[in-house]
Amino acid sequence: MLSLCILAATLAVVPLIYIFFYTTGAGLTSLNFDFFTALPKPFGEEGGGMVNAIVGTIILIGLGGLFGIPIGILTGIYVSEYSGSLMSNVVKFITDVLSGIPSIVIGIFAYGLIVLPMQRFSALAGGFALGILMIPTVTRITEEMLKLVPHTLREASLALGISRWKTTLRITLRTASSGIITGILLAIARAAGETAPLLFTSFGNSFWSTSLDQPMASIPVQIFNYAISPYDEWHRKAWAGAFVLISIVFIVNLIVRVVTRNKYSGSV
Amino acid sequence: MQEVLINTDIVAEENIPDKSKKGFVALSTEGLTVTFDSRPAISDVNISFLKNKVTSIIGPSGCGKSTLLRSFNYMHDLIPKSEVTGKITVLGKNINEYDSVGLRKKVGMVFQKPNPFPTLSVFENVIAGLKYTGNNKKSELEEICENVLKLSGLWDEVKDRLKVSALALSGGQQQRLCIARTLAVSPDIILMDEPTSALDPISTSKIEESIFHLKQNYTLIIVTHNMQQAARISDYTAYMYLGKLIELASTRKIFTSPSEKLTEEYITGKFG
Repeated sequence: MLSLCILAATLAVVPLIYIFFYTTGAGLTSLNFDFFTALPKPFGEEGGGMVNAIVGTIILIGLGGLFGIPIGILTGIYVSEYSGSLMSNVVKFITDVLSGIPSIVIGIFAYGLIVLPMQRFSALAGGFALGILMIPTVTRITEEMLKLVPHTLREASLALGISRWKTTLRITLRTASSGIITGILLAIARAAGETAPLLFTSFGNSFWSTSLDQPMASIPVQIFNYAISPYDEWHRKAWAGAFVLISIVFIVNLIVRVVTRNKYSGSV
Repeated sequence: MQEVLINTDIVAEENIPDKSKKGFVALSTEGLTVTFDSRPAISDVNISFLKNKVTSIIGPSGCGKSTLLRSFNYMHDLIPKSEVTGKITVLGKNINEYDSVGLRKKVGMVFQKPNPFPTLSVFENVIAGLKYTGNNKKSELEEICENVLKLSGLWDEVKDRLKVSALALSGGQQQRLCIARTLAVSPDIILMDEPTSALDPISTSKIEESIFHLKQNYTLIIVTHNMQQAARISDYTAYMYLGKLIELASTRKIFTSPSEKLTEEYITGKFG
């Protein structure tokens, strides 16, 4: 039994390590300083980079997070701390369904809701789509982490005359925070790599743009565009983009972990 | 059961008046019934707890001791399908006149297992009840923290470690921290639900010692499984069986000459 487990664990880890090293190997060779500072150049010209896509991805994730994370956490709190009512069961069911919806469908939804009325692709629409994508992950992990907090802690807090809402905010949520942060990171990592919902929302942009109501470049879409092109130079750029994308997810993970490291690490 | 209380020798000695003189009764119930999912856990309990006294509630598992205790600070609110009927009077006012926050500030509770807040330091744990209800004056909080830690007998052990995690303390220290935390809110009545059942004998004796000091300023109601403990620490003892209050009398009377046969059988170890 143990050997089976070890075998399965190896099978799970090997592709991950392989992807990581392959991407690093293929990406690093065409990675240079320009890649982080220059705009993409049309085919035929040497050099050029992806600075607009890198910044674009950060902005899009930021927008998505701003929208998706609070909603996700509050929904998770509602489902966990006020469970039992019909409403909370309905909400739980809907978020479960939402987590299974293909991301391209969410893209179409944002397209219909924001792109069509605005009459143009925009970063706003992309951020909205990524936000929707984050909600179920954040909700689910918040709910599960809150449920791991022992009931006796809530009782202890309430017994001190602390209101239910403050108890949730200051005691329960804080105790579960490291688990919830992990969930948020998962959501961010997933959103950072999403291409489908951005294809017809933020669309992509070869130029520098940080206006939220304009089309915005993003790493995954840029990778997609480069990868389907017939040019070797662009293929190399796509690898470099993939490497940068992985690095961003990795760094975000690291930073958030360090910054929010719990003073007393007494959490679940 | 009220008559029993009033007829005991100690009551006579100390000239405890009848219930009409409200000042001496901290908490009382009339016809208190608590049901979970329409099955009664305690039924028709009439009991009074005198001010600045320690009253123990003893009885076999499942007799409703904790249920009784938890109805005094609205803890049953947290349990769906629970229902509390009958009258509870807290500090001269009907319990319905308090909202849950107001009531819990008057009636504190210490739980069976030490449950300090794991993400907070020793200091933050002690003042949590004040800080999260709006008191933010640092000097005041520090003073209260020192006072209540002294009252719970923990100050000397933690005065240099106020900033460490509450989880760094031993189980017995954590429980005294929980007592201090309850005292910080300055309640009039403190409910203790088997406060020492998860602790070693030395920690237990420290907590019993602080209980002894606390009764000068507080009314204590303690649920305990341990009859020796009830005999050691309490002025009055109530015996409960199958959801009913069987007898309430001075501790001496309960343990030497109980009026009820059921009490005698439990005390002498015939069952329970």
